[in-house]
Amino acid sequence: MKESEVQINRVDWIAVSIYFALVMIGWFNIYAVVYDSQVEKSIFDLSISSGKQLMWIGTAIGLITLIMVADYRFFENLSLVIYLIFLGILVVTPIFGKEVNGQILSIGVGEFRIQPGEFAKFATALALAKVMERPTFDLSKRNYQFIAFGVLLVPVALILLQPDTGTAMVYFSLLIMFYREGLPQWYYVLGIGSVSITLLALGVDNNLYLAAIIVFMVGILIYMGKKSWQRILAFSLIGIGLIAYIYSIDFVVSKLPLHQQNRIMVLFNPDIDPLGVGWNVTQSKIAIGSGGLLGKGYLEGTQTKFDFVPEQDTDFIFCTLGEEFGWLGSFVVISLFAGLLYRLVIMAERQKTRFSRIYGYGVVSILFFHFMVNIAMTIGLFPVVGIPLPFFSYGGSSLWSFTVLLFIFIKLDSSRASQLGRIS
Amino acid sequence: MRDQRPAIILIVIFLVSGVLLVKLFAIQVLDDSFLKRAESNAIQRVVDHPYRGLIYDRTGKLMVFNNPIFDLMVVPREFNVGDTARFCELFHISKEELIEKYNAAKSYSKVKPSPLIKQFSTTDFARIQDFLVDYPGLFILTRNVRSYPAPTTAHALGYIGEISAGQLEKDTAGYYSQGDYTGLSGLEKYYENELRGKKGVKYKMVNVRGVDKGPFKEGEYDTISIAGQNLTSTIDLELQQYGEMLMNGKTGSVVAIEPKTGEILAMISAPFYDPNQLTGSEFGKTYRKLNNDGSKPLFNRPIMATYPPGSIFKIVQSLIGLQEGILTPNTTFACNKSLVACHNHPNPVNLFGAIRNSCNPYYHQAFRQIINQEVSSNTFKDTEIGLNAWREKVLKFGLGAPLGIDMSGEKGGDVPSSKLYDRVYGAGHWKYSTIYSLSIGQGEMQVTPLQMANLAAIFANKGYYFTPHLVKALDGNPKKIPAKFQEKRSVGIDAHHFDLIQDAMAEAIYGTANRAVMKDLVIAGKTGTAQNPHGEDHSVFIAFAPKENPKIAIAVYVENAGWGGRAAASTASLMIEKYIRRTISRPELQDYVIAGNFMN
Repeated sequence: MKESEVQINRVDWIAVSIYFALVMIGWFNIYAVVYDSQVEKSIFDLSISSGKQLMWIGTAIGLITLIMVADYRFFENLSLVIYLIFLGILVVTPIFGKEVNGQILSIGVGEFRIQPGEFAKFATALALAKVMERPTFDLSKRNYQFIAFGVLLVPVALILLQPDTGTAMVYFSLLIMFYREGLPQWYYVLGIGSVSITLLALGVDNNLYLAAIIVFMVGILIYMGKKSWQRILAFSLIGIGLIAYIYSIDFVVSKLPLHQQNRIMVLFNPDIDPLGVGWNVTQSKIAIGSGGLLGKGYLEGTQTKFDFVPEQDTDFIFCTLGEEFGWLGSFVVISLFAGLLYRLVIMAERQKTRFSRIYGYGVVSILFFHFMVNIAMTIGLFPVVGIPLPFFSYGGSSLWSFTVLLFIFIKLDSSRASQLGRIS
Repeated sequence: MRDQRPAIILIVIFLVSGVLLVKLFAIQVLDDSFLKRAESNAIQRVVDHPYRGLIYDRTGKLMVFNNPIFDLMVVPREFNVGDTARFCELFHISKEELIEKYNAAKSYSKVKPSPLIKQFSTTDFARIQDFLVDYPGLFILTRNVRSYPAPTTAHALGYIGEISAGQLEKDTAGYYSQGDYTGLSGLEKYYENELRGKKGVKYKMVNVRGVDKGPFKEGEYDTISIAGQNLTSTIDLELQQYGEMLMNGKTGSVVAIEPKTGEILAMISAPFYDPNQLTGSEFGKTYRKLNNDGSKPLFNRPIMATYPPGSIFKIVQSLIGLQEGILTPNTTFACNKSLVACHNHPNPVNLFGAIRNSCNPYYHQAFRQIINQEVSSNTFKDTEIGLNAWREKVLKFGLGAPLGIDMSGEKGGDVPSSKLYDRVYGAGHWKYSTIYSLSIGQGEMQVTPLQMANLAAIFANKGYYFTPHLVKALDGNPKKIPAKFQEKRSVGIDAHHFDLIQDAMAEAIYGTANRAVMKDLVIAGKTGTAQNPHGEDHSVFIAFAPKENPKIAIAVYVENAGWGGRAAASTASLMIEKYIRRTISRPELQDYVIAGNFMN
């Protein structure tokens, strides 16, 4: 009894407050989406999504209570079991799940359905924390890298079977956690470099310009350094390889399914097809852009309310905020997210066990990726990827999975005094 | 090295947040194009068309009103025809037509309404109203078209029609938009600004499918339409209709003016048409038909047709002569037929006799004295000075330039100046013998029937006139009519000179226009004959009555009807009787005019 009192005092109330602030703002925004001045319904009305979301919020609070009263050791000890259970569910989802628009995302009975892809995120973070906690686990070594990537890639592969590319992408956000845990820096230089070159190759119409720049830069590098023939050969081969890669991108893109090609091209030019593929991004930008500095006022938005923006209470929920509360509202919400992420990094760094720290960074990685990609896609900085905005977007699975993800860490953090310091 | 990594992760988080905020600032605050696109997305501007002003005659009878017509509209997505045969029977439409109209509507828009059946009458509307509930996606759109209880006065009233691209371009105030109706001729055009009222605008919100989602900001920016002003015309509907009955089947003009005010009592252009033809959806078709008609029913003869004034102009010459002191009532000239042809009458004649007998040589000699006043010793120069001085006096009678009636397209006729002859003959190469035919209103002179009616009004008023006009009051207020119609205009001739003229005109109709004579209603008139090189001469007559205290001044032109004493004088006399007595006491004269056999 005494122990649990101590733990309550040690709960990080800053993180918890930001969580509730985001959930409440999200709930009000969901009401703004479905609000119709002609048929006024209460925000609590269970026939509209704001009423249902309130139900999800209530149950989420129940989940929080369960997590907080549970023993902190429970998560560490059962992490691999939880991971395997969700892998099992992911395996059976394509067989027993419900198909919507060619995707099988959810499984369940009747009204009660969950999206295992959402919950497998925290399970994977837990499993990785468990696998990587041993002091000898060194990510700069090849065999440990194989283990870490193995744990990461199994759920990714299963989710790709549904197929749900957006959710699968989220798992790669755990590379941020790998970075903290010592995966060599050159992996990232190489990764970010190749992504940049890929984007440039897609975005620049004439690949000749890029090729010319590469030739120019290779020339400078050869000229500046030692003029040994090995070095000249190495740089030349790298240059030729890069140019070949750039030219191969267009070929690969042309082999992609048309809707994926379009999603990529719309990023570079949303006006190519404003009524077709560009519709989502164009309408989303119109909704957010029309908000101005202070917004149109709560429930006064026209773009999201009158269905111009699709999927507005889930993936495009940020549009309602941008339209009705303007840049100031966007600023507040982005600051809350940045503040929460900052707080979580601070919290992760103060953990006494490696397990807790790794899991903390897992939470940071997943939340950060969702936050960045979701908002970036609504303003046309990222291709349209169907992933929700944490704590904001309508939906039980999404709210529950983010709540569980976050509060397991808050629980671990609040119990850090009783944990044995095993940090290396 | 590894200790830097948490800091690097934090930097990345803040950097990404910063990039998002900067991009948001750019599209939300710096770029206002999204706001405009949002408005065009979700806010629809609905124009509330005002009720166009009505037009009444001078006695308060309704001449033009707005008649509601009903279009059956269809929203293809919601429409379900059910039993096609039953539908076709109920709505009086053939199956082929239904399919054609429905497909056209569908290809325009599945969610926006298009017309399915146009122009139901009020009775048809009442009949189908009950069935409408059985058919979702059908509704009735009400529009107003101009309607005329009496099919009369088409030219003066004019018509409205869709605004043209050219007119839209000239509409710098931006009042009109494509598809708006505007007055295209007659009173409808001249008083467009008064009749049209003021459009209202409602802003409503629509969702992505164009479905109405209620007023924008509770109607804060909405304006209500203001109905147009009602116009009271100067037309006497009964007189107008009587005149049209007389002129039916003929070609010509009748213009009747109230001399003391310049108000036009009747204005007939024959052949005429039923103004109801130029309304609604049939407008284009009927307009083309009328426009291609060889008898030119759209041509507004009273203000557009020009003729030489002929003998009637001799009165103007007499007045100028009297005012100049060149003529006195006792001035006598011989009827010298070697100067210009004349008919047999007592000889020589004084001024009274010259008017009564319409003596051509008298005016040939009188006009020479008016023109050649020996201001210059050079006879050519003297003629030029004389002609231009004379012209100035003639212009004061409202001739040679448009009078300024409240209709567009008015012609001014022509009173030649020295410039015309200089151009034709060369300066210094013409003299009185070149221009003498002006003395008897022939030659290069041209006048409109309206100008002739105005001349009659000037004679009746003894030297002044009001610009003839068709508007008596706007919204019941006579003061609101344009100021130029309330201004008395003098012709520069002393009133006492008109006494002799009026006596002579009253006397003149005995003999030249016996048919026009009425017991105990003294008509002062003058016949004229407008020479027509293409066929029979045009019959012309002007008159005013009663001679003491004139109530009506009139000009009648009947084309190809020969001498003025028959067709024109008879018509004018009947019109005068109708206006003053309100009954016709001479049915045989009326029959004679209606029969139209003037040449025998």
